[in-house]
Amino acid sequence: MRTGTSQPAMLSIRHLSKTYEGGVPALTDVSFDVPDGQFLAIIGLSGSGKSTLLRCINRLVEPTSGQIVWDGVDITAASRDETRRIRRQIGMVFQHFNLVHRSSVLTNVLAGRLGYVTPAWSLVNHFPKADVAKAMHELNRVGIPDKAHSRADELSGGQQQRVGVARALMQDPRMILADEPVASLDPVLAHSIMQYLELINREDNVMVLCSLHFLDLVHRYADRAIALNEGRLVFDGAPQEIDHARFKAIYGQDAERVG
Amino acid sequence: MAKTPNESGDRAPSRRLASLGRGLIYAVAVAGGILIYAYGFQVTQVSLEEARSPSRQERLVRILRALAEPDLVEYDEQETTAETSVWVPCPKTLPAFEPPSGTPSLSLEPRCGAPGERITAVGNGFPPGADGRVYFVPPNGIRLSQAEFRADTDGAFSVPIQLPERASPEVQTVLAAFQRNVGAPRLTRNAYDTWDKIVETVFMALLGTTFGTMVAVPLSFLAARNLMKDITGTVGGLALIVMALPVGALLGAIVWRVALAGSAAVTSSPFATAVVASASLAVVARTLRWAMPSEETSTPSLRIRAARIVALLVASLLGLLGSVLAARLMSYVGDQLAELLGLAAFIGTFLADLGDVLELILGAAAVGGVAVVVASLSGTLGARLRPRLPPSARRPYDLTLSALAGAVLGLLLGAFLAWLYRLVDVRVTVVAPAAVGAVVGLLLGWRAGTGDTFPIGLVVYNLTRTVLNVLRAVEPLIMVIVVAVWVGIGPFAGVLALSLHTVAALGKLFSEDVETIQSGPLEAVTATGATRLQMIVYAVVPQIVPTYVSLTMYRWDINVRLSTIIGFAGGGGIGFLLSQNANLGNYRAASAQILAIALVVTAMDYLSTYLRGKAV
Repeated sequence: MRTGTSQPAMLSIRHLSKTYEGGVPALTDVSFDVPDGQFLAIIGLSGSGKSTLLRCINRLVEPTSGQIVWDGVDITAASRDETRRIRRQIGMVFQHFNLVHRSSVLTNVLAGRLGYVTPAWSLVNHFPKADVAKAMHELNRVGIPDKAHSRADELSGGQQQRVGVARALMQDPRMILADEPVASLDPVLAHSIMQYLELINREDNVMVLCSLHFLDLVHRYADRAIALNEGRLVFDGAPQEIDHARFKAIYGQDAERVG
Repeated sequence: MAKTPNESGDRAPSRRLASLGRGLIYAVAVAGGILIYAYGFQVTQVSLEEARSPSRQERLVRILRALAEPDLVEYDEQETTAETSVWVPCPKTLPAFEPPSGTPSLSLEPRCGAPGERITAVGNGFPPGADGRVYFVPPNGIRLSQAEFRADTDGAFSVPIQLPERASPEVQTVLAAFQRNVGAPRLTRNAYDTWDKIVETVFMALLGTTFGTMVAVPLSFLAARNLMKDITGTVGGLALIVMALPVGALLGAIVWRVALAGSAAVTSSPFATAVVASASLAVVARTLRWAMPSEETSTPSLRIRAARIVALLVASLLGLLGSVLAARLMSYVGDQLAELLGLAAFIGTFLADLGDVLELILGAAAVGGVAVVVASLSGTLGARLRPRLPPSARRPYDLTLSALAGAVLGLLLGAFLAWLYRLVDVRVTVVAPAAVGAVVGLLLGWRAGTGDTFPIGLVVYNLTRTVLNVLRAVEPLIMVIVVAVWVGIGPFAGVLALSLHTVAALGKLFSEDVETIQSGPLEAVTATGATRLQMIVYAVVPQIVPTYVSLTMYRWDINVRLSTIIGFAGGGGIGFLLSQNANLGNYRAASAQILAIALVVTAMDYLSTYLRGKAV
């Protein structure tokens, strides 16, 4: 079992707070460290700040205060160009897949390469041959090479999420942020997507930060779990440590375990 | 919860008061409404009496009958006449009555009369329904029209005519004549004109829509809140960009002059032009391949980056030169083709015009492009410089820059006003605008604060929206009046006015569509490290294509309607012909144009519905 204290931190979140316009606090003074290669599950109720936390890490959401240091680089202080170079090494997988429906699967996957290609060429839809080959390779890896030229919205939910994973893999990511990647999928599909993330985590030694709803998925895949409640860190430890009392602390007194 | 009697007792009078007040408000509202409509009737001169008067109704019937007979086909006409003798005044002895012979025949009742007397002309044996005129023919042989006639089903008619005021001892003639169509029908001059103009109209709409859409698409991104709201920066950065834009535009104008001068040196021979143009464009392509490698995983050294920037600059200049030459060549080849092709000369003319348009666009692109490059360079420079300043110096830095930017804008505005109103007083055109601009800039900078979250994007968004709204408030029918003064009355003025209005209308509709797209793909593409422009191309454009196509079709439909009437204000097309004919009272000719408009608009309606159905 790997926890934050046993290894040097690769990613370090320090006193992170985010207050949205209108004064709604989403995160309050969240701090934790993640060692390289860890599969970290983030749990908590809807609206507890999981999505905001993940989006602060690649600065899709601008933190109000605090610091995020990744491999010695202060992400929160990065300039616009530096942010782009950081983002291209961080793959992101979304609950609603966030594919461009009217584009082909191949184009959606190639979009993962946009941070690397020269903007002027990509604007006319020109990608290097190596990138196209890599896109086919990643589609092969997630098991849908035959769908490359289908329109994205012709695919089923599970297939769409595989495209989402392939798009993240195109980035040659050193970290993957997964925002409830399986919440829109049935349990069988959920496991197959989680297995891809596990594979990437184990084989490529990519750090995975994954927010999850179901505790059995946390137990099955995560090395470690952190829990948020109303924007505050309320738990940090091994998934096995979440006993009845801790469960009530994370999800509230009225909550019942479902899985 | 039950109310205590005391509570309800307190509320009852206030409720009654409230209902009284409401009744009073209704009464005032109704009275006000009556007043408004009464006044409206007065100012719009609503008058049923006028509409009911017989003379008005007669005119209406005449116009309706003319409209029902559009001037489209004509026949060769053959005149048939019948005549009889008349004496004014009656002679002492009237020659014996000869019964009219042959068909048709004409007789008078009576056969003679005093000058100015009214008599009756009776015709027989005319083709039923034939209509023509009854003339009085004095000895000089000139026909004086007296009355119209229309033969009844038996081929007979009887109309009153008036004898001339002048007496004459000689025998004179009354003549009834009608025209008969013979031979095959053929299209009238008016039909040909209508065809020409309706074709012109459809193409005016097509070009207006095309040009307008080309401008509206990029503008719509600037006018979309969801794309612009995330663009933020420091006040100082914005000020730098504002100041750099006019400088860059000036620089761009100089670059454009140099490119024109350079192209003038080689345009003496078309062959040399072709060689130089293709050579320079080839060099540009090579340079671009070198300076913009398709993918890089590591950041290259500063020296390589500097070399690339220089190479790109040279390539842009060379590319501009090559493009100008290509445009010139297009014009030249087009002119040559126009002479060679004969009937298809319009293709050559099109090529030549396209060359001219390309040159125009290149000029605008050079000025705009250099302005944008200079602005973004100075913005980047500012963004690099500012964090190195000590925190205490950042606010003064921002404020100084925003005051300077305000002064620059003030000076530009002053120069514009001086030009518009021909002012010469330096205090009014230079000192005051600069001072006011600086103060306003300073105040705005002060208000905006010191953070780097100044909403630059929203400023651009609001500016674009305002321009679009003002532009849309002016109807194309009014725009064309101004444009026609500039480029002359004709279809080109119509095209420009339609384009301008299309930009405004589509810019708004497009941007509203952009605002409704799914944000998920935008987020996902941004998360890959894409630039804003890449994000627009990969996440926004695919989402908006169907609606943009559909809206453009719809706009073409509207533009066809507009272009049918834009001629009334000097914009060419069928409206021009229609207004002429209507003003001259040629209602049968006007009817043909109205018919053509109805046909084309209906056809466009179906076509655009069909194509929109296909596109989505």
